[in-house]
Amino acid sequence: MSVNQNIGSLSGRSKIVSNKKMTFAERIYLPAIFGGFRITLGHFFKKNTTIQYPEETRPIAEIYRGKHVLKRDDEGRERCTACGLCALACPAEAITMIAAERKEDEMTLYREEKYASMYEIDMLRCIFCGLCEEACPKEAIFLTNEIVPSNLERSDFIYGKDVLVEPVDKRVDISQRQTPEVLAFKKDKNQSHNS
Amino acid sequence: MDGNYILYKLILASVILLISLVVAMYSTLLERKVAGFFQDRLGPNRAGIGGIFQPLADGLKLFFKEEFMPGTADKFLYILGPSLTMMIALLTSAVIPWGNSFIINGTEYTLQVADINVGVLYVFAILSIGVYGIMIGGWASNNKYALIGAVRAASQMISYELAMSMSIIAIVMMSGTLSLKDIVDQQHGMNWNVWYQPLGFLIFIVCAFAECNRSPFDLPECETELIGGYHTEYSSMKLGFYLFAEYINMFISSAMIATLFFGGYNFPFMDSLNLSHNALTIIGSLVFFVKIAFFVFFFMWVRWTLPRFRYDQLMRLGWKSLLPLAIINILITGFVIMIKNHL
Repeated sequence: MSVNQNIGSLSGRSKIVSNKKMTFAERIYLPAIFGGFRITLGHFFKKNTTIQYPEETRPIAEIYRGKHVLKRDDEGRERCTACGLCALACPAEAITMIAAERKEDEMTLYREEKYASMYEIDMLRCIFCGLCEEACPKEAIFLTNEIVPSNLERSDFIYGKDVLVEPVDKRVDISQRQTPEVLAFKKDKNQSHNS
Repeated sequence: MDGNYILYKLILASVILLISLVVAMYSTLLERKVAGFFQDRLGPNRAGIGGIFQPLADGLKLFFKEEFMPGTADKFLYILGPSLTMMIALLTSAVIPWGNSFIINGTEYTLQVADINVGVLYVFAILSIGVYGIMIGGWASNNKYALIGAVRAASQMISYELAMSMSIIAIVMMSGTLSLKDIVDQQHGMNWNVWYQPLGFLIFIVCAFAECNRSPFDLPECETELIGGYHTEYSSMKLGFYLFAEYINMFISSAMIATLFFGGYNFPFMDSLNLSHNALTIIGSLVFFVKIAFFVFFFMWVRWTLPRFRYDQLMRLGWKSLLPLAIINILITGFVIMIKNHL
């Protein structure tokens, strides 16, 4: 009896290997070959796992971290104040922005007197970690369960405000990722990132 | 030999050529489909319903690809290689009896281009030339991978041709003829050769895999080691010819297996159907194609089941196992025939 059998294996899957001489059945390969045929034929009649991509997609979780959205407030004003915390939090250095001062006649466009006149995310750099969402004090940037589509040009992957800011008439629903619990957690002064 | 006869043979030859090409074309689709299903996928399904136009798209793509020729290649041999492979792949179909015969207005029209009395020998002669296409292509490319692939192909084919021919000798001893038509006729109904020669069948089919350079004997090509082997340097339709020839070879090999061991166009209970001769011929041909289709599928089944042999294993299997087995098979067959004759 070998040592292994005395202890027993933890996973129960260990096999004792040996260099024993192959039996005749093993040497003529045929039983093994027919065993292989049986396995492949089993797969032949198995239900396939293909998902016809453009027509059908795999279900994506509501809190999936996909393409970003720059939210507007209830009156349709952009929430972002170009504080730069998201850019600072971004580990991939994917976010850039230029701040500008709000004019008198732009009161309906921007929520606060400072806003981002340019806001770009390089989707090729972005690692979709969601730290920008976490860092944002104005609840302006969120990740959505929308997927960033492929493109032919590298420059087309740099998304500006035209793509990122949500349209006034087509709001992006983020209620699933902004549940009351999450909100409370974000406001909790006991958490280190809020202090 | 009247003009009618020649016209008939010409038409038959063209039809068989066309069928070979179309079958080979759709074998590529079948291969991808079968591979997909074996791997729990679907295979190509975008070009037409179920990917029915995929072979056309592939062919078109090959035509529009850049025709590249290595600067150091031997121009003449480089072009000769794929042409030879393709030509030889198509030549074999001439002696295979694709069906019995049609009797129209008292004249018999056999569904075989040439019923030569040494049909089996003809097939083996053509098969032996087949290696030249690969060897020339690999040599002319002036590339080490191509050359290794070609040398492997040459030695593999020579090794397995021996055992293959030996396994057929037993069949020839049994039937007493080299004509493929006569061999098929002797397997009337269910009286197939495979019941008498199971060992010969096993040897033959293994050697057929090796002769077609199909997995598990695809060492001349093996993508993982030789990046394509003898056709590494080929592109465009020249590459297409090499790949296409492989599928034609597969089709012809399946036809040969069906002819020699599985009764060709014979099928069980063919006498009890009370059908006219012509109707029987049509059904027989269809049955023959079903048999071929099964073996084509079997070729693919094996490819997606078994891993590739190592080169020394391949040689050992050929020389130390299959060849002695084939010789023993001949001895046993001879012994049985001798006993039968003395009873």
